[in-house]
Amino acid sequence: MGFLDSEFTDGNIVITKAEDLLNWARLSSLWQVSFGLACCAIEMMATSASHYDFDRFGVIPRPSPRQADIIIISGTVTLKMATRIKRLYEQMPDPKYIISMGSCSNCGGPYWEHGYHVLKGVDRVIPVDVYVPGCPPRPEALLEGLLKLQEKIRNESMIKKTA
Amino acid sequence: MKQAEEILQILKANFPDSNLELKTDQPTEPILVASPLEIDKLSMFLRDSSELLFDSLMNLSGVDEIKANLLSVYYHLESTKLKHKITLKVSTDRNKPEVSTVTEVWKGADWHEREAYDLFGIIFLNHPDLRRILMPYDWDAGYPLRKDYENPEFYQGMKVPY
Amino acid sequence: MSQESSLNTKSSAIRTEEMVLNMGPQHPSTHGVLRLELALEGEIITNVIPHIGYLHRCFEKHCEAMTYPQIVPYTDRMDYLAPMGNEFGYAIAMEKLLGIQVPERVDYIRVIMAELQRISSHLVALGTYGADIGAFTPFLYCFRDREKILSLFEMTCGARLLYNYIWVGGLSHDLHPDFVRKTREFIKEFRPNLKEVNDLLSHNRIFIDRTANVGILPVDTAINYGVSGPNLRGSGIKWDVRKEDPYSVYHKFDYDIPVGEGKYGTVGDSWDRYYVRVLEMEESCKIVEQALDQLPEGDVQSAIPKRIKPPIGHVYSRVENPRGDLGYFIISDGSTSPYRVKVRAPSFVSMQIMNELCKGYMVADVVTILGSIDIVLGEIDR
Repeated sequence: MGFLDSEFTDGNIVITKAEDLLNWARLSSLWQVSFGLACCAIEMMATSASHYDFDRFGVIPRPSPRQADIIIISGTVTLKMATRIKRLYEQMPDPKYIISMGSCSNCGGPYWEHGYHVLKGVDRVIPVDVYVPGCPPRPEALLEGLLKLQEKIRNESMIKKTA
Repeated sequence: MKQAEEILQILKANFPDSNLELKTDQPTEPILVASPLEIDKLSMFLRDSSELLFDSLMNLSGVDEIKANLLSVYYHLESTKLKHKITLKVSTDRNKPEVSTVTEVWKGADWHEREAYDLFGIIFLNHPDLRRILMPYDWDAGYPLRKDYENPEFYQGMKVPY
Repeated sequence: MSQESSLNTKSSAIRTEEMVLNMGPQHPSTHGVLRLELALEGEIITNVIPHIGYLHRCFEKHCEAMTYPQIVPYTDRMDYLAPMGNEFGYAIAMEKLLGIQVPERVDYIRVIMAELQRISSHLVALGTYGADIGAFTPFLYCFRDREKILSLFEMTCGARLLYNYIWVGGLSHDLHPDFVRKTREFIKEFRPNLKEVNDLLSHNRIFIDRTANVGILPVDTAINYGVSGPNLRGSGIKWDVRKEDPYSVYHKFDYDIPVGEGKYGTVGDSWDRYYVRVLEMEESCKIVEQALDQLPEGDVQSAIPKRIKPPIGHVYSRVENPRGDLGYFIISDGSTSPYRVKVRAPSFVSMQIMNELCKGYMVADVVTILGSIDIVLGEIDR
């Protein structure tokens, strides 16, 4: 249900719960750490660029994790990188969300068996909210992932922490 | 433009004590086999001799020949001026793999040699900065591209296998 | 001192503090996961140590475990801005080892794909280079055109980014019936768009001031390091694998090799390296047009071997990828999977010159220089 559905017909008044208002504000401006890892990062860039226009969902790339709400793990996480990703995640202020983009960061992808230096899934170091499958996922798939995340945020409760 | 045989003759004339051998039984290019501790002098000559002028190192790769208990290094050289190419190979004992560095000759060899050290454990003598390059600096589970390598169960508390 | 830091602090009578600054692995302009350790004397760079390996995905180990046709998708994932070029290189190497002659149509389609890929790869290089040093608009323009090329690829093989299209001995699909017409349309649209990018970026005074006379690479140093591709040509030498060591059907086309001329500064500066890429896109357009005109008929899968089992031996073969000379060294032990594959990645070699190029420049120039050598970390770390 949309936030503006409960608007009064005349006059600019909307009656809602504080929780809904907060969630609505959160989900409409998810700032993202501009941080790419591998092939998926190129698709992430394509998503932000002219054709797919990530901006219309309120996703703006921020160079610093301290100003960001969401981090998209776009690509293969190696053992050397895993500790750095954990640190990046810890630097982000709460509330923070993670989209794991692509097979590699979901589960190791094509490198699951012989990848001696590949972490088989970023969820071994940080908690993931939405998994986007694909190798690499199309920009539409990433957009779908973001919509799923927005849905999740919309149903969040201030009292009960969900993630 | 020189063929591999001519290059071998020039090298033999200048390095009479060296143990050089040309293997021509390959389906593609022949290989010139040299000794691992002389490769730096040989390379310097290959680069500077006016007849050869191998000014560019195209590729350097380590290979684990476990059946012969050897670790080998292949050098693919090219002359951008004279347009000829040659493949060199040196082999060294797997238990004490030591090869002279060619970073003095071609600076581009630096990272290639570090990679061969990182993945095969080949020691390049006199290399200016022989550290791991691709794997983490504190990786202590061995050299991953060796045929008998076994991956560790954990690295810094993270589970490695699937 | 730990192995991780190899920078020494200097000591002299008048001491100035040398500062070590870490750039990356998360940094908006390192084009992936690269860490640079900069030693600074005030704002001036005295030493740069790149730390790589944050994307080491064990390509070479995978090759030893896979059969020859299974390797193709992994080659895609090395230089993920130019997967067609990587597949092309692998196919050429394997065909040389197996002694396969592919049908002419296959060669032509491969060349068309590789050149379109070159354009799309250079578009990303240009766009992100502009974005790195403060011009965001060209990024959007470049990606607009790149999307058109990606839809051409998608029409051909169903994938946008990683294609698994060029197989050993052939191709996975023949061209879509509309492909030739749509590609011609694209080239027609693209030429004026390229001029737009030139107006926005190449001859923009601010851009020139940031890039001209910065990070000058002399030819001798470049060759000694083994640098290739646009980085080498930016230094003013006409050296291209497509001309020096012709492969496939490149000898049938008429095209030029652009080189750096030092128009706004010194030969071999960042602007030259950048502008060589712009000119190369035009040359690629020419090749694609000629190939479309001459495109022969035929079956694209007739030469694909049922089972790939090469003779015992080794092969080294190379192609001109958008980033330079991409070499494959494959050792076969006579079985269905290779004994050893080593890839000579052009970015891996180009990355080594960072220290040479950055010394004596300001911190802000690191981004300029790094962008101008156009690296892809997937290829450096493999």
